[in-house]
Amino acid sequence: MRAFKQQAGLVAPLDRPNVDTDIIIPKQYLKSIKRTGFGINLFDQLRYVDEGWPGKPLEERELNSEFVLNQERYEGASVLLARVNFGCGSSREHAPWALDDYGFRVVIAPSFADIFYNNCFKNGLLPVVLPEGIVDRLFDEVAANPGYKIEVDLEAEQVILPNDESFAFEIDAFRKECLIKGLDDIGLTLESEPIIRAYEANRRQQSPWLFDVISPEKIS
Amino acid sequence: MAQTLYDKLWADHLVDERADGSALIYIDRHLIHEVTSPQAFEGLRLAGRQPWRIGANIATPDHNVSTDPVERQGGYAAVKDETSRIQLQTLDDNCSQFGIAEFLLNDRRQGIVHVVGPETGAVLPGMTVVCGDSHTSTHGALGVIAQGIGTSEVEHVLATQCLVTKKQKNMLIRVDGELLPGVTAKDIVLAVIAKIGTAGGTGHAIEFAGAAIEALSIEGRMSVCNMAIEAGARVGMVAVDDKTIDYVRGRAFSPRGSAWDAAITHWNTLHSDEGAIFDALVELDASLIEPQVSWGTSPEMVSAVGENVPSPDDFDSKVKQEGVARALDYMGLSSGTPIKDIRLDRVFIGSCTNSRIEDIRAAAAVVKGYQKAGSVKQAMIVPGSGQVKHQAEQEGLDKIFVAAGFEWREPGCSMCLAMNADKLGPGEHCASTSNRNFESRQGFGGRTHLVSPAMAAAAGITGHFVDVRDWEMKA
Ligand code: SF4
Repeated sequence: MRAFKQQAGLVAPLDRPNVDTDIIIPKQYLKSIKRTGFGINLFDQLRYVDEGWPGKPLEERELNSEFVLNQERYEGASVLLARVNFGCGSSREHAPWALDDYGFRVVIAPSFADIFYNNCFKNGLLPVVLPEGIVDRLFDEVAANPGYKIEVDLEAEQVILPNDESFAFEIDAFRKECLIKGLDDIGLTLESEPIIRAYEANRRQQSPWLFDVISPEKIS
Repeated sequence: MAQTLYDKLWADHLVDERADGSALIYIDRHLIHEVTSPQAFEGLRLAGRQPWRIGANIATPDHNVSTDPVERQGGYAAVKDETSRIQLQTLDDNCSQFGIAEFLLNDRRQGIVHVVGPETGAVLPGMTVVCGDSHTSTHGALGVIAQGIGTSEVEHVLATQCLVTKKQKNMLIRVDGELLPGVTAKDIVLAVIAKIGTAGGTGHAIEFAGAAIEALSIEGRMSVCNMAIEAGARVGMVAVDDKTIDYVRGRAFSPRGSAWDAAITHWNTLHSDEGAIFDALVELDASLIEPQVSWGTSPEMVSAVGENVPSPDDFDSKVKQEGVARALDYMGLSSGTPIKDIRLDRVFIGSCTNSRIEDIRAAAAVVKGYQKAGSVKQAMIVPGSGQVKHQAEQEGLDKIFVAAGFEWREPGCSMCLAMNADKLGPGEHCASTSNRNFESRQGFGGRTHLVSPAMAAAAGITGHFVDVRDWEMKA
């Protein structure tokens, strides 16, 4: 996984609460069996006026000029500023894949939905929780200052504004370490293989019925 | 110390704990479908890894399958959309390559994973269950920690049989009192979400309890747990009781003989202890719950059928007011319109929330002897699995629907997420028994109203919402 240490970038504001993962990447794109290529369809229903589908040529798409990511001043943004409960709904990891593929490295919001929050860490995308009052202020500052950039320092757990003012955020130590080092989760867990084997042997003894092999031939 | 049901199941599955509170949890059952698994299998291949315990996994295609009886007979070859066909084929290929059991497209046991798991006995009380799908919470109805995971975690569970996670806080939702006739499990859970909001359960494992939950069938409890995620909670659960054990008895993969006796001894301990401490408590009186209808684009935007569409001014915060205004605009509804005046273009009865046999029976009871309204373009009944479909046909329910002008389909997710051809057109209103009314969820520009199966069926007959408690059932 790509490591994340710090990121200084342009901030794009998405001013609506409860942005669900269907909004982040609509279902028609979930037919893909790949992890990449979702960026052009990020926020598809908000970004384009017409209905999109996989493989629809970009020149046939009609941009919604009012949507924030279509405004020139937010071109190249790598920090997404969002509202409460960002990423609610479906567990689709295609949501962080799409954000990442578009170029976002950080999402800042007052709160995230659990599954989305968790999925971000698997993809080198950093979700930052800041108090609602600070997020409100950031929305105001972004609106008032074209080219508004912030810096996010994961090591120091700080969001740093252009005037050097900074806000602390919190993150689990384990997740932080994985992100900073770009560690492979599975490899890490497999280091505990003996513990897992011992647990499993014990469980098999106590609840053998859980280990009956599932075979599709078994007739009901 | 007195423990909650969640505490007990957590302790039972804890493999290792790290200093920062994250933990390795052992996973007993992993359910797999075509949409969130291809990238996980690809990851295994790239790393040269094998599944840890092949027998813990079970797969079936559901999200992307055709529910059209003719297209279905032709198997994958008849799937018109190429990307869908490749995705479905990829599931079969991955399962055969890794030796994972799969209920194939036209096997009677195929269906929506969350219907198939419990009905085959692949999910049993006391388990931990994961699936790359947020509605995995459904299985909690059997006294299980069941939660949705992302694709990276699907790969992680395949490779290690464990999930890295953190213990959730405990939330108790007590629904006491008795439901009025015509009010269902779906109405309970919609009322709960309306009360606590879509983030109300974030960070918590919810246990549903109280007289009204105990009175529900296991299928009803599944409808409730299914939508825990719509309240923000990854995990929803109900304690094991006699109904749970009766439900599990005799299913294809349920234990038999002495293993069964040992299992029920354990299962009978799966309830919160007297005096167990919950971090949060929510209480509802079942007798006050009316049939619910969602009017907005979030599952918390719900009213009783007798009410009017609210106004943004009815809400306190600015963010909420803007959200409601945007939702009403999207839905094409004006404040003050009676819910009963909302006209429907389509009806969808199905999804992992409401596609089990009791749901189909409830809809059939309403439909029997009536005709679909001429203004309703389509009313589809999509059973949750081949077994549900078969059972319904044994009872002659399919004929009731067809006689009324409703469509009787093949099992799958269908218009719940509209990945296949079953979808709403722009601006169309749908009475749907599914779980998400997000913008364009059921089709680009489509407008979803979440309701119970009986409410959806009645709306299909009259063309607008009615209070199903006033419905005259024909014998
Ligand atoms: S029926 Fe709908 S909610 Fe349930 S698993 Fe399928 S797509 Fe997801």
